[in-house]
Amino acid sequence: MKTYTASITVTLRRAILDVQGKAVENALHSLHMPALGNVRIGKHIELDVQAPDRESANDLVMDACKKLLSNPVMEDFSIHLEEKSAGVPA
Amino acid sequence: MKIGVVTFPGSNCDADARHGAAITGNEAVQLWHKDTSLPAGLDAIILPGGFSYGDYLRTGAIARFSPIMNEVIRFANDGGIVFGICNGFQILCESGLLPGGLIRNEKLSFVCKDVNLRVENATTAFTRAVKPGTILRIPVAHGDGRFTAPQHIIDHIEGNGQVLFRYVSNTGEVTADANPNGSMNNIAGIINERGNVMGMMPHPERACEPLLGSADGTSVFASLALHLEQHNHLQYTE
Repeated sequence: MKTYTASITVTLRRAILDVQGKAVENALHSLHMPALGNVRIGKHIELDVQAPDRESANDLVMDACKKLLSNPVMEDFSIHLEEKSAGVPA
Repeated sequence: MKIGVVTFPGSNCDADARHGAAITGNEAVQLWHKDTSLPAGLDAIILPGGFSYGDYLRTGAIARFSPIMNEVIRFANDGGIVFGICNGFQILCESGLLPGGLIRNEKLSFVCKDVNLRVENATTAFTRAVKPGTILRIPVAHGDGRFTAPQHIIDHIEGNGQVLFRYVSNTGEVTADANPNGSMNNIAGIINERGNVMGMMPHPERACEPLLGSADGTSVFASLALHLEQHNHLQYTE
């Protein structure tokens, strides 16, 4: 078994108006940063996964995202997996 | 008729919902989120308003996996009447019993005020005591009430008479100003295809006493009582 750390990003689907992102974008523009745009606000979730390999770790996290961590009706998610290096004392 | 009202950790409209059910000729019983069975002879279940599990992750996302929800889903799939109010509506969407979802209000603020609701379909178990087109004055109180769904779902529920309540102006017009949260098509409440599961963001249970400003909410509970009475009568006479 290996341990992976999953970083999950959940954002509203592109088709849905992200009002928080819009408000933050307006604030940035009022701070004279007109070059910044398309702000999207989402959630960042980190968790550890015990799995024999990367593929099954990814499957487990994918399942969690579909069942609980995101709502596919209105949200998209992306997963970034990193293997925790063994032998390094905490 | 026997109506069970589920109390989740963070529910705060459960007592009001029991009151609304009781004063319209129903028997109201409390159900607990950890229950793994339903009382015998239950005719309907209400998922009340509140902030179940602190609205963590998403509204309704964790309550949807409460032990009792297995029973609620089974009850609904067997044709039982299930009615979600506010947070209860959010839970029903999360559980897939109703289409679409509810996200942060368009203007990002919590809205707590009376709104006008036009009854769009008065043939359902939840609205049959009301005349179609009636405008009900009922309060909303939510931060995440913007009903959203893919366009084809919206088209489907609109075409199918599944939109029960719409936010309208004092004169009954569907306007942007009358929409408290930016819901698509000013949708305030919907019903499933089978007609036994309904969710609405406004709080009829908070409009059940004239002393508190409006008793328009009683029409929803009275509809349930009427429906169950007629339904049971039919079963009895068959």
